[in-house]
Amino acid sequence: MTDGLTEYALRLGDDSLILGQRLGEWCGHAPMLEVDLSLTNVALDLVGQATLFLGIAGDADKLAFHRDVLDFKNCLLVEQPNGDFAQTIARQFLFSNWQELLFRELTQSRNATLAAIAGKAVKEVAYHARLANEWMVRLGDGTAESRARIVNGLDWMWRFGDELFDVDDVVEPLIASGVAVDVRKLRGEWDQRIARTLSEATLEMPKPRRAAKGGRIGHHSEHLGHLLSEMQFLQRAYPGATW
Amino acid sequence: MSKEWPLWEVFVRAKNGLSHRHVGSVHAADDRMAIEAARDTYTRRMEGVSLWVVRSADIVASDPGEGAALFEPAADKVYRHPTFYSIPEHVKNI
Amino acid sequence: MYTTELKDKNQKSAPVTTVAEDPAKLAAFEARVAADDFIEPKDWMPEAYRKTLVRQISQHAHSEVVGMLPEGNWITRAPSLRRKAVLLAKVQDEGGHGLYLYAAAETLGTSRDEMIEALHTGRAKYSTIFNYPTLTWADIGAIGWLVDGAAIMNQVPLQRTSYGPYARAMVRICKEESFHQRQGYEIMMALAGGSPEQKRMAQNALDRWWWPSLMMFGPPDENSPNTAQSVRWRIKRETNDEIRQRFVDVTVPQAEAIGLKVPDPALTWNEARGSYDFGPIDWEEFYAVVRGEGLVAKERMKARVEAWEKGAWVREAANAHAAKRAHRAAAE
Repeated sequence: MTDGLTEYALRLGDDSLILGQRLGEWCGHAPMLEVDLSLTNVALDLVGQATLFLGIAGDADKLAFHRDVLDFKNCLLVEQPNGDFAQTIARQFLFSNWQELLFRELTQSRNATLAAIAGKAVKEVAYHARLANEWMVRLGDGTAESRARIVNGLDWMWRFGDELFDVDDVVEPLIASGVAVDVRKLRGEWDQRIARTLSEATLEMPKPRRAAKGGRIGHHSEHLGHLLSEMQFLQRAYPGATW
Repeated sequence: MSKEWPLWEVFVRAKNGLSHRHVGSVHAADDRMAIEAARDTYTRRMEGVSLWVVRSADIVASDPGEGAALFEPAADKVYRHPTFYSIPEHVKNI
Repeated sequence: MYTTELKDKNQKSAPVTTVAEDPAKLAAFEARVAADDFIEPKDWMPEAYRKTLVRQISQHAHSEVVGMLPEGNWITRAPSLRRKAVLLAKVQDEGGHGLYLYAAAETLGTSRDEMIEALHTGRAKYSTIFNYPTLTWADIGAIGWLVDGAAIMNQVPLQRTSYGPYARAMVRICKEESFHQRQGYEIMMALAGGSPEQKRMAQNALDRWWWPSLMMFGPPDENSPNTAQSVRWRIKRETNDEIRQRFVDVTVPQAEAIGLKVPDPALTWNEARGSYDFGPIDWEEFYAVVRGEGLVAKERMKARVEAWEKGAWVREAANAHAAKRAHRAAAE
């Protein structure tokens, strides 16, 4: 069992890593060249964050390429498949708005390394949230087709939102010592942000539903295994090689 | 075929104290997207601190066919340049 | 990345010579170009010049965008976080370069949509090099080292090409490309100095990419009919064979430095010329690939067309939303 800080760093790092990996799948395939460049910028920010957070937990590459699903601690939301552009945007929308609030608070962490990473990353994710919010509005208040698609995308992602605000025994002591962020306190502001953008997008708030959880303890969806088998292929096929 | 997103001209201020300079163009459906596309295309290597985007269709340009009429009359107005005036060597600070 | 002028062999020259142009204007234009002046979008230019430029710049742009695919094929499998970030940034650069080039061509009065349509319907060509598959991670190294290396040689002179927007795009592109070749060579270095399996990967990649890289410079000069006119117009600054020779001369020692062998039994140093002599290039293969018979040509086009078609509803939605906003703003 790893110590609390290590575990916390893994969660933060895995969130960024897995979403960065997902967005990397878009590279070369986006609806427009300009959008391709934007998505890649977001992916690059996330891979950079992952490298820093995982670096707190140990050797970042070893952690990224040599753990199996049970040891990955990302939230379920980020491992969800890209689907169409709307599904990707819905995922980014829920996640980046959360990550921005999280990093804003994390800049106050008593752990100087976490605070420093958050200080750099909060600017990145503020931009990600802005991009995602605007696309939510364009797609929601665009054509009938885009509206149907974003409703579907949001419907897919919605059940994974609650997990973002869970606190467990690992994080509780870190909150008490001022190292970790108490995400429960971010819920209200996140709800407001989501509601504001959905309203601007002329979209209804999705109906509450049973939350899907488990990522933080390694209980993932089926998607993560496939993502890892692709991401880790070289390191697994040639153990011990340096690249 | 659906309608192409309009073209925008992109201007970047490299740092404060300098003016915005034309760097290229992007396609975007609206002004926010144009700023973002400009940011994600033209400032990935710390090229700037400020962006302007202008719809290409809104730019009014001089006609090269009138280039002679517009610009050549300035050629013989050499008295607008300080080197036109001869001042003796020993006179300083002028 | 770069594309040279690409035509089927049978499409023999039909060089884009002229509708009858005003001789006085034409003479003035030629004089400006000869005097190293730049031509700008609204300036008068012969139709042949415009057409040649649109064809060359759009081919170049298509090559950048299609070129995202072979390397993009390894983004999700890059073997370390650093390599992943570098590759993402590099492939993104190729997209950016495509964008700059489309924009340069658009100043000549052809829309990006028209150019993309020409690509998707097979009327426009892109560099043959991207119709070869990226089989192993070493291919990412080989592409950066060889393909970008070849591209840089082609592109540096184009920074002084006669058409202003093209020249400016090339300045930006060359500046950004400078890390591409180095990252590729660094990958090759790591592999060549690695385990036996990694060495094999590296040598194998060089074996597969060497000849296609030499073909990137285009057909031999005697079969490249537009060269003279293009050189005069500074759309092209050196002949295909000249640049190819220079590429061979600088690349062979780079291979030797990391213990890799260039797959050409005829390769020998020619003391008298101060250059390497090298074996014959299989031009039949080149023309076959130009015709669309490259191993993964169909996959490349399918990927581009699919991305475009699947993105149609997104582009329409953004247009529709912008129209609604404009409408609301007008109503206020």
